[in-house]
Amino acid sequence: MARKKIREYDSKRILKEHLKRLAGISLDIKSAQVTQSTDFDELVQQEPWLSSTKLVVKPDMLFGKRGKSGLVALNLDLTGVMAFVKERLGKEVEMGGAKAPISTFIVEPFVPHDDEYYFSITSDRLGSTVSFSECGGIEIEENWDKVKQIFVPTGQSLNTEICAPLIATLSLEVRGKIEAFIRGVFNVFEDLDFTFLEMNPFTLVNGEPYPLDMRGELDDTAAFKNFQKWGNVEFPLPFGRVMTPAEQLVYAMDEKTSASLKLSILNSKARIWTMVAGGGASVIYADTVGDLGYATDLGNYAEYSGAPKEEEVLHYARVLIDCATASPDGRGRALIVGGGIANFTDVAATFGGIIRAMREKQNQMREGKMRVYVRRGGPNWQQGLAKMRALSKEINVPIEVYGPEASMTGICKEAIDYVQVSG
Amino acid sequence: MASGQLFSKQTQALFYNYKQLPIQRMLDFDFLCGRETPSVAGVINPGSEGFQKLFFGQEEIAIPVHSSIKEACKVHSTADVFINFASFRSAFASSMEALKQPTIRVVAIIAEGVPEGDTKKLIAYARANNKVIIGPATVGGIQAGAFKIGDTAGTLENIVESKLYRPGSVGFVSKSGGMSNELYRIISRTTDGIYEGIAIGGDVFPGSTLSDHVLRYQNIPQIKMVVVLGELGGRDEYSLVEALKQGKVTKPVVAWVSGTCARLFKSEVQFGHAGAKSGGDMESAQAKNNALQDAGALVPTSFEGLEPLIKETYTNLVEQGVISPIPDFQPPPVPQDLSVAIKAGKVRAPTHIISTICDDRGEEATYAGVKMSTLIESDKGVGDVISLLWFKRSLPRYCTKFIEMCIMLCADHGPCVSGAHNTIVTARAGKDLVSSLVSGLLTIGPRFGGAIDDAARYFKDACDKGLTPYDYVEAMKKKGIRVPGIGHRIKSADNRDKRVDLLHKYGRTFFPSIKYLEYALQVEKYTLTKANNLVLNVDGCIGSLFLDLLVSSAMFTQQEIDEIVEIGYLNGLFVLARTIGLIGHTFDQKRLKQPLYRHPWEDVLYTK
Repeated sequence: MARKKIREYDSKRILKEHLKRLAGISLDIKSAQVTQSTDFDELVQQEPWLSSTKLVVKPDMLFGKRGKSGLVALNLDLTGVMAFVKERLGKEVEMGGAKAPISTFIVEPFVPHDDEYYFSITSDRLGSTVSFSECGGIEIEENWDKVKQIFVPTGQSLNTEICAPLIATLSLEVRGKIEAFIRGVFNVFEDLDFTFLEMNPFTLVNGEPYPLDMRGELDDTAAFKNFQKWGNVEFPLPFGRVMTPAEQLVYAMDEKTSASLKLSILNSKARIWTMVAGGGASVIYADTVGDLGYATDLGNYAEYSGAPKEEEVLHYARVLIDCATASPDGRGRALIVGGGIANFTDVAATFGGIIRAMREKQNQMREGKMRVYVRRGGPNWQQGLAKMRALSKEINVPIEVYGPEASMTGICKEAIDYVQVSG
Repeated sequence: MASGQLFSKQTQALFYNYKQLPIQRMLDFDFLCGRETPSVAGVINPGSEGFQKLFFGQEEIAIPVHSSIKEACKVHSTADVFINFASFRSAFASSMEALKQPTIRVVAIIAEGVPEGDTKKLIAYARANNKVIIGPATVGGIQAGAFKIGDTAGTLENIVESKLYRPGSVGFVSKSGGMSNELYRIISRTTDGIYEGIAIGGDVFPGSTLSDHVLRYQNIPQIKMVVVLGELGGRDEYSLVEALKQGKVTKPVVAWVSGTCARLFKSEVQFGHAGAKSGGDMESAQAKNNALQDAGALVPTSFEGLEPLIKETYTNLVEQGVISPIPDFQPPPVPQDLSVAIKAGKVRAPTHIISTICDDRGEEATYAGVKMSTLIESDKGVGDVISLLWFKRSLPRYCTKFIEMCIMLCADHGPCVSGAHNTIVTARAGKDLVSSLVSGLLTIGPRFGGAIDDAARYFKDACDKGLTPYDYVEAMKKKGIRVPGIGHRIKSADNRDKRVDLLHKYGRTFFPSIKYLEYALQVEKYTLTKANNLVLNVDGCIGSLFLDLLVSSAMFTQQEIDEIVEIGYLNGLFVLARTIGLIGHTFDQKRLKQPLYRHPWEDVLYTK
């Protein structure tokens, strides 16, 4: 629920549609998306230009520096594109330390060009920053000193006067077109709740602006007012973030509820697992295990908050306990059921869900030599904690239980100690 | 922003979108602090007006409810804080409207998921007009002993434990609302407590920033030290770094930025808060902690080091004489809510209503213990539903089918009977369905539709006493009562009522015994000797067969049967059945667009 990167294909689709609507500018861009399920015959029927023009193909996977990494193929015919895709589809690449297979490509007409302009808009707290340079392209970082920037305060429109410093050095023939383009794109940016937009580069074809490479990021909390304008936009996971089935389950639950449910697996074989209430506290529990020197033993990051219903907590806890007990190895493992002192979340109710899940999963918890460490405060905490204590006796799984009087992260140390002692 | 205090012990707020619990918690806090006025002056609930009853200590008070922000601000011109509990969809519009009211100075936005573009517009407006936004995506904030926003600081017990009912010497600001509560407790353990605490919210662009509040705390003399809890993601903490470097903050600042764990993740991770995203190096917890430390903040090496560092900083200030610890006192006890006390098992209260026929509390509603889905899946009929809800048991199918037959036969009897006539007249007067229906139903009684009940009562009485038909009929005659269930306007011995024949046949075929019907038929035999139209009519037939059903099904005790006849079950059957017809008449008149009915003069005998 926040800023989400979208594919180049979607960025261009949205830009093309709404630049026409908001600024009356028609972009002559064409793109086709290629994935595992693409049938090229069908695609050519929908996009006939594919068989009549020279093409460019590149991965559309939310990572940059594709040109520098040799992942862009230019001036191919369709057969060449198909061969390029076939060779790379599903192959792992490593980009910026993250490794993942390539699943999606974008194919576009090959546009021979000389000029490469850089153009980006970023959203800041008090307005938006527009950057522009005549020296765009893959060397942009080296040429960053040539990038001109203006700041447009919130509520101001990007008028000629504000825009002037960006384009002052452009020749007169192109200046008008580029100004209109920048202003039009800025309107699209604001109207559609973009939080970031970058063209590196765009060029001019027959004197008209033509984005060659584009990145976009939307604020997905604005979906409720933009879903029609955005069309069928996809919010892919960050590159390299391949979800495990368990993570997928929780992700799907999170999408459906008004509460927040998060799960990221760090190490499926690890022996310290967390299930923490609250956005702030959950980070601090993961921090603390790391700060105590046991980052490598940490299995996951997990957070539930926003007063989830007991049923939702039950499903969530089931998934998490399954992960935590998936690889019993005779050594002990620990589950940290942590949380701060809640403001309004009913502790007894949310614990109700966790307790039901633990009751169901008691066999695998005992098999995994799991101990549970609980710390929580807030409405009905006495009742919630009492239920936990009773459960420990009932299912014969050791559960250490602490209330608001104890330090919040004290149970991290206890969990680590147990895991250490038990092998 | 800067400037100093946002709140005082006199501060009053307007609360947008009525939520009982957070408002009650604010009022309980008020009582605990010894405030003279409630901190909520009015509630704005679009589309409703009036008053909302809430507790202020032991007393109940009525808080005015307004349908518009403008109206509320006009009435409560001294209320300068706007607490917005609108959903993320409507939070922007309502917050903007509130900011535009001259009387409003502070707007707190609780909703999580307000689009950042919308928040930016609010920020721009607030800056240009010197107003303060707290949130979005926050629980709010608190000035100890003076004013609290919504759910901040949680339960009363927690407020007492964290000594928030009176001001201390520490200013606190955090991103996380949940963690602010934790820190109030930590600060109460290690110092003389909070003076003011604000949770700015977990969004990328909070309405006011960490440094906005720290700079404000610098200007509040009662605040002697500041605690800051930041979070990875965003660059908010750097404005605090700048303020520290420029010497704008001279009070000791103890700070910790959480999220050191982000380095454990290989790809980008979205943590619980929208603004908490691992990304650039500058936005990492480590970088921000280092920058804060370099700028002169007191930064522990881990979250666990925060508590001792706060304690050490406070103790130093006490030793230096900067702080003279505030004497503590016992706040007045706030009466517990009945619902809470019951839940905790501390008190018990009698219920005021008892119900034995159904239960809607579980996953699925039940009729006398039978789930609705069971009824549908086992192909039960409306007779089975009546059996469960009226008799609280599952009668055999031959009984429930008999009930259904009775309903079918009594559903309507033409437009001229008093019930239908009344319904028609009412519908034609332009009244609604329910009015038309009940005006017809209200005619049901001793003269109209009451015969089934009476027939059953009298037949039962006579048969049980062993009266011969002759004795029974003659005794009734002596009392001047027409024998109920006997006689028909048209039907006669030679022109039998088809309905009576059908019921008779059904009873004879399926009922184990039809003692009462046979008694009724004997009565008929005798009455027919008096006049040819004194036949057993459909009311008498239903009444007597119903007695047979009760007795021969062997599912009722004698006492239950007496009660069923006594309290008018059979009348209920007629009311239920005829409702079907009366609804039909209402729709019929409305469909035909019939005008107001007026009885013709010619049809009235005017006389003295």
